[in-house]
Amino acid sequence: MIALQNVSKWYGPTQVLRECTLSVARGEVVVVCGPSGSGKSTLIKTMNGLEPIQHGEIVVDGVKVNDPKTDICALRAHIGMVFQSFELYPHMSVRNNIALAPIKVLRRSETEAYKRTEALLKRVGLEGHADKYPAQLSGGQQQRVAIARSLAMDPKAILFDEPTSALDPEMINEVLEVMTQLAGEGMTMVVVSHEMGFAKSVANRVIFMDAGEIVEDRPSGEFFSAPQTDRAQQFLAKVLHH
Amino acid sequence: MNYSWNWGILFEAPYAEWLLSGVAWTIGLFAASMVVGFGVGTGIGLMRIAPIRWLRIISGIYVEMFRNVPLLVQIFIWFYVMPELLPSDVGQWLKRDLPMPAFWTSVVAIGFYTAARVAEHIRAGFLAIPAAQMQAALATGLNLRQVYRYVLLPRAFRIVTPALTSEAISVMKNTSLALTIGVLELMAQSRQIESYTFQSFEAFTAGTAIYIALCAAVVFVARHIEARYAIPGMIQSR
Ligand SMILES: Nc1ncnc2c1ncn2[C@@H]1O[C@H](COP(=O)(O)OP(=O)(O)OP(=O)(O)O)[C@@H](O)[C@H]1O
Ligand SMILES: [Mg+2]
Repeated sequence: MIALQNVSKWYGPTQVLRECTLSVARGEVVVVCGPSGSGKSTLIKTMNGLEPIQHGEIVVDGVKVNDPKTDICALRAHIGMVFQSFELYPHMSVRNNIALAPIKVLRRSETEAYKRTEALLKRVGLEGHADKYPAQLSGGQQQRVAIARSLAMDPKAILFDEPTSALDPEMINEVLEVMTQLAGEGMTMVVVSHEMGFAKSVANRVIFMDAGEIVEDRPSGEFFSAPQTDRAQQFLAKVLHH
Repeated sequence: MNYSWNWGILFEAPYAEWLLSGVAWTIGLFAASMVVGFGVGTGIGLMRIAPIRWLRIISGIYVEMFRNVPLLVQIFIWFYVMPELLPSDVGQWLKRDLPMPAFWTSVVAIGFYTAARVAEHIRAGFLAIPAAQMQAALATGLNLRQVYRYVLLPRAFRIVTPALTSEAISVMKNTSLALTIGVLELMAQSRQIESYTFQSFEAFTAGTAIYIALCAAVVFVARHIEARYAIPGMIQSR
C-alpha cells in the first residue's frame, strides 16, 4: 500500500530524513514514534506529497508520489490525513467541513454528500452536531470531525500526525476509541503517536525514528518487550514513565 | 472676538447646493478609489504570497514604491508629470480629451496608493493562517486554487476586515487631497463658501461634520459586514 525506498530530505543544508525505507501493507497499522524533531511529521507528510523529497522513491497505492507526472490531488483524495491541531475550517459548519472535498473533488451531489456526512458523524459518535461550528466543539470532538472528514473521501489509508497530543487527557480516549475501531475494520493506518498503550494494543508494527533515521522497525510486541537499540530503550524509558 | 455667527448661511442658496455637490464629488471619489484600491490591492496582495518568485518581487516593488511616497506627491506626479512622460498622443489625450481629468487622476492616485496598503493587509491576513490549514485542505485532494477559494480566502477576509475598515476610512479622508488639483469636492466647497462669505467657522464646521458622518457611515457598513460573516463560537471583538 505504502512503500518508501531510501528517502532522504534536506531543509537547506540540514538533512531531516536519512535513507528511510519502510513499507506498510494493506490493512496494517503502523505507529511511528521518536524524540521531538526526529522527522516523524516530515516522514508521513512525504507519503501524500505534502513534503517534497530530494532523493529516493515513494509509491502509494501503485502511484509514484514524487513523480512530477503524477496527479497528486487524485492521490491525496483517497489518502486521508489527520493533524495534531485538527485543522478544521473554522468558518464552515461541521457538515460543510466534512462535505467540502466530496463535493468539490469527487463531484458528489450535495444531497448525497450531506447524507453521508450524517452517517459519518454517527460513526464517530457525533450525531446531531452537523450544524455546529468547530469553535463550538471540544478538542476531542473536533478531532473526531477531522477523522470523519478523512473518512468522507473513502480513503484507502489514513495518516495521523500526533492526533491526540493537543488534547486534554479526558478527551484522548474518545479519539483513540474511534481510531481503534477503524483499525478493527481493516483501515490501513500510519500513526505518529506517543500513545504507547494504543501502539501496544492496536499497532502491528512500531517504527522508531531518531535524527531523521528509521532506527527500529519491528512488530509492536517485540519492540516493547525487547527494544534492540540503546536509543529506543532510552526513549521508551522516558515515555513509559509518563 | 466680535464674530457674527450665521449658521443659516449653510442652508441658503447657493451655498447649500455647493455643499451638496461637494458631498457628491467626495462620495464619487471615495467609491471609485475604493474599487481601484481594493481591487488592485487584492491582486497585488495575492501576488505577494504567490509561489512564483518574480510575481513576489514585482508586487514587493509596487508596495514599497506606492506606500512610501506621500499621497500628495503622488497626486501631483500623476497630474503634472505623467502626461509629459507618456507618449505625446497619450499625454495629449490625458490633458485634452479625458473627461474630468482631475477627478480620474485623483482616483488613480488614491486608488494605487491605497492598493499598496491593502496588499500588505491581505498578505498579513494570509500569513496569519497556520501553514497546517493549507496542508490539511490539500490533503483532502483539493487543488491549490480550490484551497484558496474555499478555505484560505474566506479566512483571510475575516482576519483583514478590521484593518480594511480603517483603510476605507483613510480613503474617505484622503479624497480631500483632490482639492489640490481642482476637484470641487467637500473640502474645496467648504473653502469656497468660506472665501465668499467669510463665515469660516460655519463653513469648516459643516465640512468637518459631514466628513465625520461619512466616515461613520463607512464604519456602520463595515460592522454589518463583520457581523454578517462572524463565525459562530468565535470570541467576538465587540
Ligand atoms: N520548514 C522547515 N524548515 C526548516 N527545518 C524544518 C522545517 N520543518 C521542520 N524542520 C526541521 O526538520 C526536523 C524534523 O521535523 P519534524 O517536524 O518532522 O519532527 P517531528 O519528529 O515531527 O517532531 P515533533 O515530535 O516535535 O513533532 C526538525 O529538526 C525541524 O527543526
Ligand atoms: Mg511532528
